[in-house]
Amino acid sequence: MFETVIGLEVHVQLNTKTKLFCSCPTSFAEHQNSNTCPTCLALPGALPVVNKEAAIKAMRFANAIEAQIDEASRFDRKSYFYPDSPSAYQITQFYAPILRDGKVTIDLADGTQKTIRVTEAHLEADAGKNMHEGAVSKVDLNRAGTPLLEIVSAPDMRSADEAVAYLKKLHATVRYLDISDANMQEGSFRCDVNISIRPKGQEAFGTRVEVKNINSFRFVAQAIAYEVQRQTEAYEDGVYEQEVVQETRLFDVNKGVTRSMRGKEEAADYRYFPEPDLRPLIVTEEMKAAARELPELPDQKVARYTSEWKIKRDDALVIVADKNLANYFETLVAEGAAPKQAVTWLTSELTGRLNKLSKSIEESPVEATTLATLIKRIEEGVISGKGGKELLDHMMENNERDVDALIEKLGLEQVSDDGAILAMIDEILADNEDKVAEYKAGKEKLFGFFVGQVMKASKGSANPGKVNQLLKERLS
Amino acid sequence: MITLKEALTKSKEELSEIVADLESKAKQSDLNAYVGFEKSGEGVPILIKDNIQVKGWPVTSASKILQGYIAPYEATAIVNLKKHGMMAFGRANMDEFAMGSTTESSFYGPTKNPHDPTRVPGGSSGGSAAAVAAGIAIAALGSDTGGSIRQPAAYCGVVGMKPTYGRVSRYGLAAYASSLDQIGPIAQNVEDAAILYDAIKGHDPKDSTSAEFEYESIADRLDRNAKMTIAVIDNYVEEADADVRNAFEETVRRLKEAGHRIVHKTMKNTKYDIATYYILATAEAATNLARYDGIRYGRRAAANNTQELFFNTRSEGFGEEVKRRILLGNFVLSSGYYDAYYVKAQKVRHLIRDAYNAVFEEADVILSPVAPSVAPKLGSIHDPLEMYKSDMYTLGVNLAGLPAISLPVAKNAEGMPVGLQLIAKAFDEKRLFDAAASMEKAIAYHDTYNERER
Ligand SMILES: [Zn+2]
Repeated sequence: MFETVIGLEVHVQLNTKTKLFCSCPTSFAEHQNSNTCPTCLALPGALPVVNKEAAIKAMRFANAIEAQIDEASRFDRKSYFYPDSPSAYQITQFYAPILRDGKVTIDLADGTQKTIRVTEAHLEADAGKNMHEGAVSKVDLNRAGTPLLEIVSAPDMRSADEAVAYLKKLHATVRYLDISDANMQEGSFRCDVNISIRPKGQEAFGTRVEVKNINSFRFVAQAIAYEVQRQTEAYEDGVYEQEVVQETRLFDVNKGVTRSMRGKEEAADYRYFPEPDLRPLIVTEEMKAAARELPELPDQKVARYTSEWKIKRDDALVIVADKNLANYFETLVAEGAAPKQAVTWLTSELTGRLNKLSKSIEESPVEATTLATLIKRIEEGVISGKGGKELLDHMMENNERDVDALIEKLGLEQVSDDGAILAMIDEILADNEDKVAEYKAGKEKLFGFFVGQVMKASKGSANPGKVNQLLKERLS
Repeated sequence: MITLKEALTKSKEELSEIVADLESKAKQSDLNAYVGFEKSGEGVPILIKDNIQVKGWPVTSASKILQGYIAPYEATAIVNLKKHGMMAFGRANMDEFAMGSTTESSFYGPTKNPHDPTRVPGGSSGGSAAAVAAGIAIAALGSDTGGSIRQPAAYCGVVGMKPTYGRVSRYGLAAYASSLDQIGPIAQNVEDAAILYDAIKGHDPKDSTSAEFEYESIADRLDRNAKMTIAVIDNYVEEADADVRNAFEETVRRLKEAGHRIVHKTMKNTKYDIATYYILATAEAATNLARYDGIRYGRRAAANNTQELFFNTRSEGFGEEVKRRILLGNFVLSSGYYDAYYVKAQKVRHLIRDAYNAVFEEADVILSPVAPSVAPKLGSIHDPLEMYKSDMYTLGVNLAGLPAISLPVAKNAEGMPVGLQLIAKAFDEKRLFDAAASMEKAIAYHDTYNERER
């Protein structure tokens, strides 16, 4: 009877070489406050200069989601006092963001698709970090001034699943574009979730609650589930007006609940006004050209995998969700593995083994070229599927990578030679004359018994297809 | 005092004598024009306003909150002047964070006017102007946000020039109001002002508001015989007192004699300039000064928690006028008032610029008073609004981003100097300096009042 309405604000840390308004590196620094300069320390008289690389990355994103680029976007000051904010204002784009009106298509569980509108995305500078050590508080400004792209969606999502699908799609997109590391644990991809409910059929939105700073897909789903339940109960209990107010809440990851920040952020007046130290960010032809060339994006990959390689759409979606997985997959195919086999070996065999080791695909001990050889040997009938698994297990734990040498070393080669298999078959049939008679009398189930015996005699090295074929001939 | 032009011809040995002599005279002076005697670089000594960063110097904007701060980098204007045979010598007193018209709001106490030590030197670059007038600086750098170079120059009887917004890099100038601030020269004569202006100007990639232009020197091409069309804004002159009006009329007469054409114009009441300026400047100032929080540098007050740290540091560190402007700035930016004040003021700013440009369709330069009167007595201004009103002739120039130069034209019966300003089109400094050089010659202020002998 209620409908959930969700909008997301995603903060993506752009992977530029230098900060947004100074030439300090954004790379990891061993010492606190070492990646700083007069500008990002907000010393008297220091001034910001816009990093064009950040603008180009934002424009690449705009092109990827078919958004409008403002060719003269502007920066504004957002004022608030906090120790990790050196100038006590954040330089952001409040009045004229660099891009507007993009769209992101998501795939839903029922196989349908839905378009989520991106109303705008703006460039802004990140803050530093406060650290508390007992009675002492310290400020590290290495991160201060790092470029962020804040991507704001329309309130177009109607469930936690849709919200997570949208986030995953955005995550994949910025990774393919190589505009962000999008490492969620490290906070380079984090989001604020706006959640409200309304009775089905009602057009007006309910009261919107913002849950801030969530950095995992799972927590986003949990926070939405909690809020929807809280708001629905308040509505049903007749205390919606009192309990659900427009406010900022925090998600408690340990308890799985959201808590009000009331009193802390209330009445925050950011006093936005145009940044007088910067002129409008004029988009030049060179910048446009640099932003125009895009890599193949997830949607295009899915289309290619399904049409050219006849991969199931669901499998394709799983693979393209992770840029590294897609790269691995494409290498498998390029090295000669049949696409369908490649899907199975990648998404179930290899991924399963990696999961057990808590490793990601880029940390896989077995490289794509090696796995491709393994898959080819199965297709060629040199080893069985079972032998392939054994071989993969071996390689996950050892450093030997010569597939053919390992097949020999581990004795995995299948016996496909008719003569050798026939010899084994004849011996087994001779030893089991009673069962042969029973089989011939109609007990066809015994066929499996004979196959098992032959395989056992060959210590598993006989090609099962061949065994089946030759047995049938002998028993007919 | 030796002129800047002459000093630039001196040998290293001669210069070190000049510096030693200057230093001892400056230290003996009781004007309180200097707040420090640091030296940086080699060459002709130039006095630096205490809000321009010189590497290794304490640079404090004459504020308690910046006590203990040592600038770790150098302003582009300082880098530039060092390339032109000059050095930074001494810090000049000023109004705290350049907010004021009298130099009385300085943490270091007021500077006195060399023509009458019971009077103010003007502000906010009061130390710079007083030192040049008193012969204890060859030339000085000031900053002008709403008249802070031109008005003290007028009160002290020296030349002060505010460049077009964007001509001189603001990198390293502690910001008061970013869209209005410009560094400029204060000198003994027009030519010296041009030499110092030439030295500090230039495009700077570190300042995004810096204009891109081809570098052309002006000082070596000054044309004292140029004939110009000079606009006089009649309704502006009417609002000045008798001393200023008399000096103005006499100047106009001399300019006509020198062959210039005078055209009479009217412009909108200056009350709009004042209202617009005090909205935009304070809005920018409120945010520009938010960084002084006691966390990273400067003076930190005792506190038990972060909020108290901010609160106590800023309550103790800022003076009354600075606090007043921070409050005003935050008010005009606060939600519900932004459109009524800030947005409206931005629109008026465009109208002011248009009004100036309309005058420049017919005139090369505008001649205008700098202040409605001569320098007032120390401690005589109690109402801040009265002080704001004294900036009525200078604010519009900053709002329109124009270049202007103030030069002395007369003294009143009490011997106090009267200055007038010439205003030119944006980026037309060449014509501005030519007109000023011609006017300087026509008035012959120094010959009349024997200023050079002091
Ligand atoms: Zn920096």
